[in-house]
Amino acid sequence: MSELLQFLFSGLTVGAVYALVALGFTIIYNASGVVNFAQGEFVMLGGMITVFAHAAGLPLPLAALLAIAATAAIGVGLNKFAIEPARGAPVVSLIIITIGASIFIRGAAQLIFDKQIHSFPSFSGDDPIHVMGATILTQSLWAIGGAFAVFVGLWLFFTRTILGRAVLATSNNRLAAQLVGINTDFVMTLSFTLSAAIGAFAGVLITPITMTSYDVGLGLALKGFAGAMLGGMGNPKGAFAGGLLLGLLEALTAGYLSSQYKEAAAFVVILAVLFFMPQGLFGSKSTDRV
Amino acid sequence: MIKTLKTTVPVALIALGLTGAAHAEIKLGASVSATGPAAFLGDPEAKTLEMLVEELNAKGGINGEEVELVLYDDGGDANKARTFATRLIEDDEVQAIIGGTTTGTSMSILSVAEDAEVPFISLAGAIDIIQPVKPFTFKTPHTDRMACQKIFEDMQKRSITKIGMISGTDGFGASMQAQCKDVVAEYDIEIVADETYDPKDADMTAQLTKIKNAAGIQAVLNPGFGQGPSIVTRNYKQLGIDLPLYQSHGVASDGFIELAGKDAAEGVRLPGTALLVADLLADDDAQKPVVAAYKKAFEDRYEMPVSTFGGYAHDGFALMVNAITAAGSNEPEAIRDALESVAGLAGTTGIYTMSAEDHLGLDLSAFRMLEVRNGAWSIVE
Repeated sequence: MSELLQFLFSGLTVGAVYALVALGFTIIYNASGVVNFAQGEFVMLGGMITVFAHAAGLPLPLAALLAIAATAAIGVGLNKFAIEPARGAPVVSLIIITIGASIFIRGAAQLIFDKQIHSFPSFSGDDPIHVMGATILTQSLWAIGGAFAVFVGLWLFFTRTILGRAVLATSNNRLAAQLVGINTDFVMTLSFTLSAAIGAFAGVLITPITMTSYDVGLGLALKGFAGAMLGGMGNPKGAFAGGLLLGLLEALTAGYLSSQYKEAAAFVVILAVLFFMPQGLFGSKSTDRV
Repeated sequence: MIKTLKTTVPVALIALGLTGAAHAEIKLGASVSATGPAAFLGDPEAKTLEMLVEELNAKGGINGEEVELVLYDDGGDANKARTFATRLIEDDEVQAIIGGTTTGTSMSILSVAEDAEVPFISLAGAIDIIQPVKPFTFKTPHTDRMACQKIFEDMQKRSITKIGMISGTDGFGASMQAQCKDVVAEYDIEIVADETYDPKDADMTAQLTKIKNAAGIQAVLNPGFGQGPSIVTRNYKQLGIDLPLYQSHGVASDGFIELAGKDAAEGVRLPGTALLVADLLADDDAQKPVVAAYKKAFEDRYEMPVSTFGGYAHDGFALMVNAITAAGSNEPEAIRDALESVAGLAGTTGIYTMSAEDHLGLDLSAFRMLEVRNGAWSIVE
């Protein structure tokens, strides 16, 4: 029993990491249909800027805020200098641009920061919480709570606010959105800002668990993307659930089968889900009305 | 037009060749992974080589001749390493090569160096690089097999007979896992749990819970490098596992204690080099002056702590300079012979005594068994 609980805690910790990255994907995807492969770099920047600002003497909360603000600004820059000039290009080209941006940001981070692995202290100490013979770190609770808060925030944003609906409308048909008076340029800028800020926030929450270095972005982006696909791309509910589910799958496979198979098992399940439910677990079927 | 080309090109080539020759008589090539996934190994190596060449030239070079370093960054890519090795030999015409941060890049460089018969000192761990012995290939780090032996010796002293292993699936972790399983029987130790983790994983409590529940387990060994072992150490503490934890030389740096946290790292043992405990070495230790001098020079110049990996490059360079000095010639054969007859040369990693059959020249005494006590390294004897 305590064993199962420990595997579940392990899965939730890892799952929260994936869910936070997956949530970052949803906004830009909802606004533009583009999967932003620089999302992992936003997470890396959140962690790295916090580490270096903290080392330079800023208290941790301030360093974290600075990291989130700076990363959001980089998100705006990415939109202004890389995505906007390519407006009208097919989605695939835009995705390739984000891959290029991810490589660029990684290279720049390597020069500006360094090539070592870094971390900063957990928010509320390193003493684990004991629950019926199993343990979980307080930082994992921060990450799970953070992912849940972002999910609720995004869900409210997309369903309850005019701005959120404007984002969805822009994604659905840019021209039609413009015709009903939506400032689509603003919507795009907003979505990159929010997405980058969420990524950086994720980086701040998970760095005490995962550590960070200039090259962690790609691995995180791939796992977050897998989580988002499992849950249903573009849906905050899907991103949150998909990320957690992926983490749980890995931990349970590692615990009950063999750690050799944990990646494979997770991807087999994702493939199976996509085969039978191409829109993911929580995705809605999209139909284009003509 | 073609006529001009025909005349100017050879003239230009001769001019370049002449200026090159007048500038530096000894050309040393290097290809390390200063960027890419092995950057935190290769970066201090590149910095070390640049620093040492400057130091050497300031002191008048080798036998009065300046040394020129041609340094390439292969980014951890074995194909690039092969290209750079070829370029070093054919275009740069170097007399010897140092490098190969990882086992993969080392294997690429060694095949080129062996074909061209140019002496090569590798900075990577795997035993395959020097076993079987190749005429022109040498290496400075101890092998992962030796690390396993050193750890198992220590376990024997503590009467440990049943252990669990949790290994990274990266090249280093996988190779050491295999070597440990290969030599474990010689020490009457049984591996009762054998788990792995991906180097990018965020949590290893599932694997550790499995190991913890294995019957009769007395200690845990974690081969791996990068952030994985720090997370394993934290999770170990989180689960309250009260057994000795052994790490590999892959995490032998102060950064490990910092990342894992002082509390979690307390009591962790690993085989490390003298460089890590420079201040704790006995005054009559043959390695003390070498280690202290390198540590001071590196830390003063780059304002970052020395690492074991930079130490490998230091030793490779020291061996090469020693050999070229002793040979008194730039001939590859002469340098090779001089390398093979190195005896009692103190480096940061150990004291090298090579021979025609041993192109590593270190024994288990080069490893010191270290333990984290009060958040700092201490020597276990």
